[in-house]
Amino acid sequence: MFSKLKVIGAAALGTALALSATVAGAEKLVVSNWDGYMAPGAIDAFNEATGNEAELVLHGTNEEIMGKLIASKGKGYDVVFVSSPFAEVLHNLGLAEELDHDKIPNITNLYEQATQLSHDEGNTFSLPYAWGTTGLCYRSDLVEGTPDSWSDLLKPTEALSGKTTMLATDRWLLGAAMLANGYSVNTTDADELATVRDQLIETKGTLLAYDDTTFYAKLVSGEAELVQAWDGWCNYGIAENADIKYIVPSEGSDLWVDTMVILKNSEHKEAAYAFVDFILEPANHGWAAENILYKVPNKSAMEALSEDFVAQYPNMGITPDQLLKYEQLRDVGEAQRAYSRIVSEIKAN
Amino acid sequence: MTDRKPLYLMTPALVWLTAFMVVPCLLVLALAFFRRGIYGGIEYTFTMENIALVFDPLYAGIFLKSAWIAGLSATIAVVIGYAAAYAIAAAPSRRQATLLFFAVLPFWSNYLVRTYAWIVMLNREGLIAGVAVWLGYDGDLPKMLYTETAVVIGLVYNYLPFVILACYAPLSRLNPEIAEASRDLGGGGWTTFRRVILPMTVPGIATGFVFVFVLSIGNFVTPALLGGGQFQMIGNLVYAQFLTANDWPFGAALSMFLIAIMMGLLTLQTFATERASGARRED
Repeated sequence: MFSKLKVIGAAALGTALALSATVAGAEKLVVSNWDGYMAPGAIDAFNEATGNEAELVLHGTNEEIMGKLIASKGKGYDVVFVSSPFAEVLHNLGLAEELDHDKIPNITNLYEQATQLSHDEGNTFSLPYAWGTTGLCYRSDLVEGTPDSWSDLLKPTEALSGKTTMLATDRWLLGAAMLANGYSVNTTDADELATVRDQLIETKGTLLAYDDTTFYAKLVSGEAELVQAWDGWCNYGIAENADIKYIVPSEGSDLWVDTMVILKNSEHKEAAYAFVDFILEPANHGWAAENILYKVPNKSAMEALSEDFVAQYPNMGITPDQLLKYEQLRDVGEAQRAYSRIVSEIKAN
Repeated sequence: MTDRKPLYLMTPALVWLTAFMVVPCLLVLALAFFRRGIYGGIEYTFTMENIALVFDPLYAGIFLKSAWIAGLSATIAVVIGYAAAYAIAAAPSRRQATLLFFAVLPFWSNYLVRTYAWIVMLNREGLIAGVAVWLGYDGDLPKMLYTETAVVIGLVYNYLPFVILACYAPLSRLNPEIAEASRDLGGGGWTTFRRVILPMTVPGIATGFVFVFVLSIGNFVTPALLGGGQFQMIGNLVYAQFLTANDWPFGAALSMFLIAIMMGLLTLQTFATERASGARRED
């Protein structure tokens, strides 16, 4: 039934495109994503399958694309990949399209839990692309025992001191201490924030570095032995050294979600819908799991993964139900200023 | 030069500078007086809040720290660079070009690559540690990477060629007869250097120092990579305001102060150069 719909959809799209082409010349669908975050041939395959002329542009960080979108009121882009707090901001600013699920037949491939994400229940303005946890990544052959608490990172043993790293991005850096104290990862309570700040200042003296990009390489070389990591990135280390392990600490994790958002000001809505639908096809969506080693919220894609693969990368086995137990990072609005000030205070100390 | 024609030749440069330097700077200046919108973005209400925040002890402290690191790097770079430039200027003239070529050779590779090279050298499993172990050292090596020292090393290394070039220019133009005259008048080597050569090459030293200082104080890559993100320089703070906190107005206010510091320094450098060349004419 879906394939039939797709054929009809493609035909309708083809006609629409042919019409628009005669009127205004070929129009380009602009998709913005992080580098390497979808299959290299995905855009070409989409163009071939649907007769579109989609173009991929890259952004390095959420903030970079947000800056562009806010400045242009979302014009010039059709589909953007951003993390959930930023999807929320796009929605709050009135830049995100209210999604018509009838135009995304492949939405049924998603887990039921993917519709229960707190930033957007029912997927009204965003579609999850990848999701996962933030936890501890460590060298099981060098670290004594199994670290299972955020305190193992925040108050390392003598032997581990100077051999740990934490994420440099403010929300996750603060998140580790928030979780260790049992606070919400979105807390704006001044006393709680002060506790988090003091604890992180104390931890700073025991760290090797704050590192967002090469922490897994430091584990591989043995320069670091225990690091705070996103599960997918820990996998890059695991791929090189089987002694590297990943664990979600007992106090829990945040649930991070990267999403796809169609812009309200998109001038090629039909093609934009066709594109997100194309990505949600199990083969296309599964590429992300197999190649960038991130979990995807696509049931059919996840079920297609081989047992060996799931055994090698244990985060792949975390179930959607387990994931939903964790709190998502939300946009904290005005409190962002306090967050960034705390990070400055930690670094200045 | 009293002919007015060459002024027309300046038009393209002036247009370029106005469009891509003056106008953006004015935009940044304007931005500093608005508010951050609740979801990021800019709320167009006038406020002095951001300017006041720059003087907050926390941020003022970061300014001072950056100035300290930039000043230290510039001083070390000038000492090493001046000596190197002196040696090059004193070498036989047919070899000077080759020596200069080697001095600027590092510029042929990317700044990031050069900085990463220091990570390879300094890290605990790196080249220097490897050599120490090979030589039989078996204690715990002091932490070299991700320290303030590593940042200063990185900055000095990366900007040294600027100092060498800046100091080489006046040193190579020195008339050797002046040094001879000083010797004839009984000045020893050190006195000749201190009282004759050094004052005449102040413009080069000032230019080199200001180059390194200005480039260092705004740098955010080196502190992030070699400092392990463990302390912030003003460049990192500006970067964070624009790209993490989404607080463009405060980022703009910080940038304006940074630009003001640099302008002040460049003015001082111009004064130093003019005084030195004035002194030379009076001589």
